[in-house]
Amino acid sequence: MISVEHLTKYYGTTCAVDDVSFTIGRGEVAALLGPNGSGKSTLMRVLTGYFPPTAGRVCIDGADVAEQPAAARRRIGYLPEQVSLYPELTVRRYLAFVAEVKGLGGRARRAAVADAIARCGLAEVADRLAGKLSKGYRQRVGLAQALVGDADVLVLDEPTVGLDPMQTVEMRALLRTLAGRTMLLSTHILSEAAALCSRIVILSRGRLVAVDTPEGLAQRLAGLAQLAVRVDGPADTVAAALGTLPGVVRVERRRPDGLAGTPFALFAHDPEPVQRALGAAMVARGWTLLEVRASPPTLEDLFVHLVGSADRPGS
Amino acid sequence: MRSFVALFRKELRSYFGSPLVYLVAAAFLAYTGYYFHSDLIYFITFGFGLNIMENFWQILLIDIRLVLIFAIPLLTMRLLAEERRLGTLELLLTYPLGDRAIVAAKLGACLVVIGALLGGTLVYPAWVYHVQPFALKPLVAGYLGLILFSLACASYGLFVSSLTDSQVLAGFLTALPLLLLWLLSWNEAASAAGTLPVVRAISLFNHFQPFSVGLVELRDVFYFAFVAGLFVWATLRVLEARQWRGRR
Repeated sequence: MISVEHLTKYYGTTCAVDDVSFTIGRGEVAALLGPNGSGKSTLMRVLTGYFPPTAGRVCIDGADVAEQPAAARRRIGYLPEQVSLYPELTVRRYLAFVAEVKGLGGRARRAAVADAIARCGLAEVADRLAGKLSKGYRQRVGLAQALVGDADVLVLDEPTVGLDPMQTVEMRALLRTLAGRTMLLSTHILSEAAALCSRIVILSRGRLVAVDTPEGLAQRLAGLAQLAVRVDGPADTVAAALGTLPGVVRVERRRPDGLAGTPFALFAHDPEPVQRALGAAMVARGWTLLEVRASPPTLEDLFVHLVGSADRPGS
Repeated sequence: MRSFVALFRKELRSYFGSPLVYLVAAAFLAYTGYYFHSDLIYFITFGFGLNIMENFWQILLIDIRLVLIFAIPLLTMRLLAEERRLGTLELLLTYPLGDRAIVAAKLGACLVVIGALLGGTLVYPAWVYHVQPFALKPLVAGYLGLILFSLACASYGLFVSSLTDSQVLAGFLTALPLLLLWLLSWNEAASAAGTLPVVRAISLFNHFQPFSVGLVELRDVFYFAFVAGLFVWATLRVLEARQWRGRR
């Protein structure tokens, strides 16, 4: 349904998306996952026909986005990262405008608008000016305009970003009700991707890192165990010492959480020898080992494992 | 076609849903009304051979056009700059709607508003005709000139609006050159002999003047149509520019 072939996009000399290929089947819900600046939005903008790729091609149900923009766009409902609405139109008017732009007239338009309003829970605010809506409602109106016209491909750029926890839960529930349509949603929240999607496309610095099911990705991690360790000692020296333990693949310092000592995460293919050696090694250096806990690998770990710690947001 | 109509209607709704249009209309009618009054008094007092077209309507039409120079930038400045600032342009450009339809709908809606403003000024000839009938045809030519002039100015304004996300800047940069092009040939003695033909050729004043005495000359029609076409073309290229970036 969505096929992306060797897609490359440059902004000037900056490469935003670099030779990315994947396909998403009809009715599949896929997540585009990656840290900020990994090329998710750029990829989506190419997908929606906002601008053409530098190289490669994107087809929506066989229609090339760059060559048959009208045909491709008619099938796509797009929710941009920043939902922008015309402040002077009411929600109902705005949706009617979108429906008409998408080619619906008369009765079909009214039905489509009513359906989108009902689906997205907008009945309460349907006659309010779009400029006066809360962030949560704006996001829903954004989703409603993507749905109007019965687009069978939905491209949703960070549908839950900026929402409060309650609104996020509601938005996810809403997205689940849309099952049956082909959906590509971008997010940097792994749990969201795992909860909503049957397939995950991971991007980092514009490159495709992995395409797999959430389960498949978890399996890739099976050999990679994680130990949560808390040590009272000079953090940098401790980290270096932990790294020298036999079997440790990587050491990560976790953010201090107000409890005693410094928390670390150790990654190892086989955690047991590490657990055994840990206590003695710490004691030998005069540090206090406050906590050792084996934790099952999460998608988060996989992500870090795949894209490397240098790419993690905020680092 | 349906999507064009949708956007056209939305644009009109946006115009009439904001107070700006009413303020511009009020100011426009107040100023043109004042000019009507003062030019009429002038005509009645001094007469000048009693040719009403040359001694009254010409002056009024030129004055109306001056007011248009200030009114049109206020109407065009929001067209694309506002969409850019709000971020609605991105969504608009991903709808099944060609760039041409977008430009046509926006320019069309703006011209409807300008048409409504000019329609308001028809009260003046209607009243004069009621008091003392006069030949209407030359005046129709004058209004045709006003419409062509508005078309050229509006497409220039639309172009400027496509370049920035600041409405104020768009309005300012629309009004300034229009004023300059109008003033350019006011004092022909100020232009060197060699540059005078050029100044005349591009001056808004020189190309409007024949209309204001009731003459429709093909080259003047062509001038305004050319300016309008040029800036519509340029606006389309600006919208298209998003597609060139990063293309190799």
